[in-house]
Amino acid sequence: MSEYAIEMLNITKRFPGIIANDNITLQLRKGEIHALLGENGAGKSTLMSVLFGMYQPEEGVIKKDGKEVKINNPNDANDLGIGMVHQHFMLVQCFTVLDNIILGAETTQYGVLQKDEARRKVTELSEKYGLKVDLDAKIEDITVGMQQRTEILKMLYRDNEILIFDEPTAVLTPAEIDDLMVIMKNLSAEGKSILFISHKLNEIMTVADRCSVLRRGKYIGTVDIKDTTQEELSRMMVGRDVSLKVDKTPAHPGEEVLRVENMSVASKRGSKMAVNNVSFNVRAGEIVCIAGIDGNGQSELVYGLSGLEPLASGKITLKGKDITNSSIRERSVSGLSHIPEDRHKHGLVLDYSLEYNMILQRYFSPDFSNGAGFLKRPEIRSFSEKLIDQFDVRSGEGPVTIVRSMSGGNQQKAIIARELEKNPELLIAVQPTRGLDVGAIEYIHRQLIAQRDAGKAVLLVSLELEEVLGVPDRILVMYEGEIVGEFDPKKTTREELGLYMAGARKEGHTA
Amino acid sequence: MKKNNKSLLSNPGFQTLLASLVCIVVGLLVGYIVLLIINPAKATEGIVTILKNFLTYGSGKAAMKYLGNTLVKTAPLLMCALSVQFCYSAGLFNIGAAGQYVAGAGLCLYAALVLKMPWPVCLILSMIAGAAFGAVVGVLKAYRNVNEVISGIMLNWIGLYTVNMALTPVKETASPYTQAVATVNPSALLPTMGLGAIFGNNKYVTIAIPLAVLIAVLIWVVLNKTVFGYELRATGLNKEAAKYSGMKEKTNTILTLAIGGALAGLGASFLFLSGFEQWSVTQSSVPTMGFNGIAATFLGGLHPIGTIFSSYFIQHITSGGSYLDKAVFPAQISDLISAIIIYLCGFVAFFRYFINTQIAKRRRDTANSNDVPINTPAPADNNKKGGDEK
Repeated sequence: MSEYAIEMLNITKRFPGIIANDNITLQLRKGEIHALLGENGAGKSTLMSVLFGMYQPEEGVIKKDGKEVKINNPNDANDLGIGMVHQHFMLVQCFTVLDNIILGAETTQYGVLQKDEARRKVTELSEKYGLKVDLDAKIEDITVGMQQRTEILKMLYRDNEILIFDEPTAVLTPAEIDDLMVIMKNLSAEGKSILFISHKLNEIMTVADRCSVLRRGKYIGTVDIKDTTQEELSRMMVGRDVSLKVDKTPAHPGEEVLRVENMSVASKRGSKMAVNNVSFNVRAGEIVCIAGIDGNGQSELVYGLSGLEPLASGKITLKGKDITNSSIRERSVSGLSHIPEDRHKHGLVLDYSLEYNMILQRYFSPDFSNGAGFLKRPEIRSFSEKLIDQFDVRSGEGPVTIVRSMSGGNQQKAIIARELEKNPELLIAVQPTRGLDVGAIEYIHRQLIAQRDAGKAVLLVSLELEEVLGVPDRILVMYEGEIVGEFDPKKTTREELGLYMAGARKEGHTA
Repeated sequence: MKKNNKSLLSNPGFQTLLASLVCIVVGLLVGYIVLLIINPAKATEGIVTILKNFLTYGSGKAAMKYLGNTLVKTAPLLMCALSVQFCYSAGLFNIGAAGQYVAGAGLCLYAALVLKMPWPVCLILSMIAGAAFGAVVGVLKAYRNVNEVISGIMLNWIGLYTVNMALTPVKETASPYTQAVATVNPSALLPTMGLGAIFGNNKYVTIAIPLAVLIAVLIWVVLNKTVFGYELRATGLNKEAAKYSGMKEKTNTILTLAIGGALAGLGASFLFLSGFEQWSVTQSSVPTMGFNGIAATFLGGLHPIGTIFSSYFIQHITSGGSYLDKAVFPAQISDLISAIIIYLCGFVAFFRYFINTQIAKRRRDTANSNDVPINTPAPADNNKKGGDEK
């Protein structure tokens, strides 16, 4: 018997124009937690797609228990005992936890569901691994953490031996992350082999036994966690030294730029308010961060501020001007820039060229169009060339590159270039570093702080505690649509923030 | 994909052209096989007849005259195709072009035959009728998110029966057709501006034909060079991003469908005000012009200029079909061929994907480096739009 549960040897996968996986070897030992680390676009997803048979590699072999196997589709992977918890859960919202777990692997007798047997098995599994779930609760009613445990039980119910966690902590509260770490250790102690995909170095240091690093489609190496440091891992991942600390001087807040009073935004689902009677302000020369677990009304708060959603009630003032009922364009013109949460959905027209995306909110201005309604193409070209140069946006063909073909980091840089070039009074940046690698994160943080130091107001919405504690000058924690606390990042701790973010604590807050 | 990209074969426009040509050839081949099945002895003669169309007539003058007839019907087809194409650029599938065409036909004939209006008024009214039909679909789409295909198809039928009803009072007593514009109100006939003389004294050849081509060019300019086109295409490609950047995506949706409707409506007057055809008030199926427009659009690689040629081609073989020996072959055979070609148009994207993978493979064999770090791309992404020009 081989010491490895699964081996991917010398995998090479090419797409037109790029090599997504260039001779990558990944060996997962039995019973270990093996981290797979890499920047966005490093080839992690492609490698996993190869493992699940969604792509066929041009070169290389996959071995299970030392024997070569052919994986042609996800069913083959399933048959080999490989299961995955996806970043976005694959659960039926209106089904119960139990129904979701057995879905696709139901035990039946004469075509009638036999749930008792399944219930017994699931209960057994959840006790064995400490996976607390309410089997009869519907998915839509339970927390994200419990949804994730449901996903894990799904894999265990199918007797999977090789468990893949794809960035599992992105959506969890700090306490839930700790729980997950314990669960993963339990699983590996019971002999399950775990592949943990992440770019969070501290989590890898906490939980993993070994770590393989990919960079730009190439295999950099595998290290034992006990012999390495965060700095070494980040150097392997990015290829150069990066500072994990954010350098900044103390803020010198000036006059009030944004004032939000008693703002409420209706929820898309149900009758509850997604944002409930929120008041706060942002002053010139400071970065205010809205922290919270995903889905506590931060997105809706920003939609309300940017005009994408109407307010149910309340008032927004930008530089003394009431913009409560202004259109998106009026807000944009009066000095509001918005780096949206979802760059593909809101931020970019992916099938437009880079230069067309650079003028997305300004194409109508006299700089880029003439009185007859024609676009001034030479001006657009030189404008975008200037931005590309200034912000170091890398692309295959410069201004005419179709944005879809660019890397996530460079797409984000393009948005940032565009939004900063507007020289806004208020910059709203929603998860500006989501999914980006350490190098790009460092760059974006520096840009936010540069805005602040230039006397602009910055409202940062973030889910990452590192970012929440490192970048802003004030922290507002949002929980279930309300601001439940205000903190000074220098005086608070992860633990304290975590308690507020999870709704365990709340303070009387006034703006 | 930095280097070698300038080679002809990897040019998206050329790929689309090539793909369209392949569709045509395969379509003709299948058509030929069908002819072989019906009558092996006359199949070759049949397919040649279809392809020759007006060239069946030996003498230059007669050939020109019948070329004129084909062109007369190409103009409305092109307009319908442009209607579909324009809306498609904004992400809307205007299957309602058929109904907008019907509405345009109805109002322009009503204006010509009942109100005795001169041709410019009739033209404008046909555009208004089409625009109104398009706007209804647009309003439903923008404010109620009603799928434009569903509301478009339903309006097609509403349009057909309304127009049949409205035009019944001006039908010829002995036939189901409306009275001839030429006899009732010659002032409503489109001027030929001497074009008829070029085409063997074909009085149906009017300004409609150059006008349609001109409009195609205009549409291209609007879509690619203007602020309005920039907005429309952005809305079509990503509605959310359009909204984010402050575009009025609802207004744009309505406006797009209204303009699309106006184009299709105008197409109808291009045909009926030439006097070439009369409306049958008993027809119980929506005229195929609008639907053929969809075909022409896709065959033309979703490009206004390509659409000019594809419209002509589809009309060419449709007209050619009418020269078939009716005793041997049904006239619908040319419809069948164009249907097959249209069907194959769905493969244009696939075909381009095939070419691109081949190019990539060859490039890989020659050069091994050229490592551009990009997100894992979905291989089908760049095939999403057909002939999208830079």
